[in-house]
Amino acid sequence: MAAVAIKAEGLGKNYKLGLNAAYGSLREAVSEAGRRTVGRLAGRGEKPQIDVLWALKDVSFEIQQGEAIGLIGHNGAGKSTMLKLLSRIAEPSTGYAEVTGRVGSLLEVGTGFHPELTGRENVFLNGAILGMRRAEIRSRFDEIVEFANMERFLDTPVKRYSSGMQVRLAFAVAAHLEPEILLVDEVLAVGDAAFQRKSLTKMAEVARAGSTVIFVSHNLATIQSLCERAILLERGSVVTDAPVEEAVTGYLRALERAASEDLEHRTDRDGRSWEESKVKRLAVFDGDSGEADVVVGGRGAKFVVEVTEVLPMMECQLTILNSLGHPITTLDSELSSTADVRDSESGPRIECQVGSLPLIPGRYRIDVLLRGKQEIQDGLQAAAYFDVEPGTIDGRPMPAIGADGDVVLPHTWQLPA
Amino acid sequence: MPTQSALQPTAAAETANAPAPETIRLQATSGFGRVLDPKELWRFRDLAFQIAARDVTIRYRQTAFGAAWAILQPLAFMAIFTLIFGRLAGIEAPDGLPYALFALVGLVPWMFFANSFLLGSESLVMNQALISKIYFPRIFIPAGVVAAGCVDFTISLLIMLTIVLIAGFVPPLAILALPLLIAIAIMTALGAAAGLSAVNVRYRDVRYVVPFATQLWFFITPIVYPNVNIDEPLRTLTAINPMVGVVEGFRWAVLGAGSAPWDLIGISFASACVLLFIGLSYFDRVERSFADLI
Repeated sequence: MAAVAIKAEGLGKNYKLGLNAAYGSLREAVSEAGRRTVGRLAGRGEKPQIDVLWALKDVSFEIQQGEAIGLIGHNGAGKSTMLKLLSRIAEPSTGYAEVTGRVGSLLEVGTGFHPELTGRENVFLNGAILGMRRAEIRSRFDEIVEFANMERFLDTPVKRYSSGMQVRLAFAVAAHLEPEILLVDEVLAVGDAAFQRKSLTKMAEVARAGSTVIFVSHNLATIQSLCERAILLERGSVVTDAPVEEAVTGYLRALERAASEDLEHRTDRDGRSWEESKVKRLAVFDGDSGEADVVVGGRGAKFVVEVTEVLPMMECQLTILNSLGHPITTLDSELSSTADVRDSESGPRIECQVGSLPLIPGRYRIDVLLRGKQEIQDGLQAAAYFDVEPGTIDGRPMPAIGADGDVVLPHTWQLPA
Repeated sequence: MPTQSALQPTAAAETANAPAPETIRLQATSGFGRVLDPKELWRFRDLAFQIAARDVTIRYRQTAFGAAWAILQPLAFMAIFTLIFGRLAGIEAPDGLPYALFALVGLVPWMFFANSFLLGSESLVMNQALISKIYFPRIFIPAGVVAAGCVDFTISLLIMLTIVLIAGFVPPLAILALPLLIAIAIMTALGAAAGLSAVNVRYRDVRYVVPFATQLWFFITPIVYPNVNIDEPLRTLTAINPMVGVVEGFRWAVLGAGSAPWDLIGISFASACVLLFIGLSYFDRVERSFADLI
């Protein structure tokens, strides 16, 4: 029987909001202390109002050694907080977790890289930061450099590297960590496609080699290919702890529920504090019938995004995903064309026209990302869902629901008579 | 580049042995004992070394003068102070010492302390990304700054001793007391840097207080003036400032100035211990909340 690698029991973490939330000035703290003392002397038992946010509440689970577990959930569901607790960065407020074995965390690749140090020096520093012994780094040094494929730049300060090179080197170090427990947070979102594939293979290798892996990602395809089991978190609590297919289905259903909510008041957005403009509504219309949320495949379609505020330099990015949460395509206004129109009269409304929607029948999801003033203003997963009805493309009927793949291409055949 | 290889491992062979996995219980803690948990510090010893090596390496990277800055700073101050306090203000060094040497020998330990204090108190905030992403004993951050300062300190000490010899002063036997005095300076620097860096996580006011406090501290330490003019018992009491014992001790140990100031050194040693204890205790108490607050 496999031994337990991680056991969590009633794990909780709260953050105090309001009073000195992030950091106050000393003056505030002193005057606050003074006010409280005076209050106490005057006999008023007045307590300062402290707003407590439970990022994680009463979470219990057990993970066996060698298991690969996916951690899924909306933004703000508590996934990152969980990793922070398990990697000892933050201390739980309640409950406990028992962790057996060395923990390696890839919470953000490249943390601890120092721009002034050379690649070689950073490999040693970063390895130590990730918990590797010096002898280990030395013995794997060549492997690491080969994996990152950058022998030539080893003695160049990292500040002269491109961001892609930095990520490659950082991941190479992390990938050779060989911890008993590996915590991974979205690292695969970086690097080019070839490197991502390489990284994924490496991670699967680590999992196969008997390490316990806890993997946090929005990419359900990756989760499904790497993990047997997944834990779905919602508002800081475990809602599903099941085989990965079941948990992913639960998550997709939760996403769909969220899409039917009032978008403006959803809290699971890509949290940026400078949200000067938010997505208010996202609707999909059939280009011909004008009907909402149902589009006939092969016909035109229109995506309409309503925002709360018009900002200078607004850009919008729509990602269309299939029913399993695999991204199919991204429409990005930043990759502009001469056919695009910017109209100061159009109000807080962004429209995207697709000439012919080449999707096979089925249900699709849209994620939206809003930029303005050169910052990300807002991001929402599952901002809307729409159904594609069977249609024709260039007069040719489409495959039925359940066919392989998601897209249809206009095409012609030449066959023997 | 002489510092280039500072981050590479030394030749010391070390076996990568895999001990049986240990179970660690993570839960809310209270009270003391995390910073000074020797087991924990030992487990992360390689990281401690790498952080110190990083701090040494980056200190003078892409500088034209490199590690020469370690001595250029005290030498420049010595020249200025000799001109202003020695010549213009007419302050005289005791026992007929040349004012320039008198000032230099005081300045070398002072510069070590002042730089460690200034950089150390900012260190946690500067390493924000690391602290919010990775676990390790946080004390390594301010301690790394102090350790890097020790490298500078060693360089400037050696050059100071050379200058003293060239000037015709043969250090007396009392020079054997130097390690003790250096230890007091390190304890003072570490205590002050660790404590203030922890306060800085919560209250960024520290950024404004420390430069100002350092200047004030400079003037209550007899660096540009001799403290023989101060009446007893006030003179002995000033040694509550640990740098008083260090600076006066340095002059006695290196230049043979006056009689052994054991009273000052004793008091300074005691107060350096207290400062170190307070600094580390506070650090220890708030360490667990760094990631939440920084």
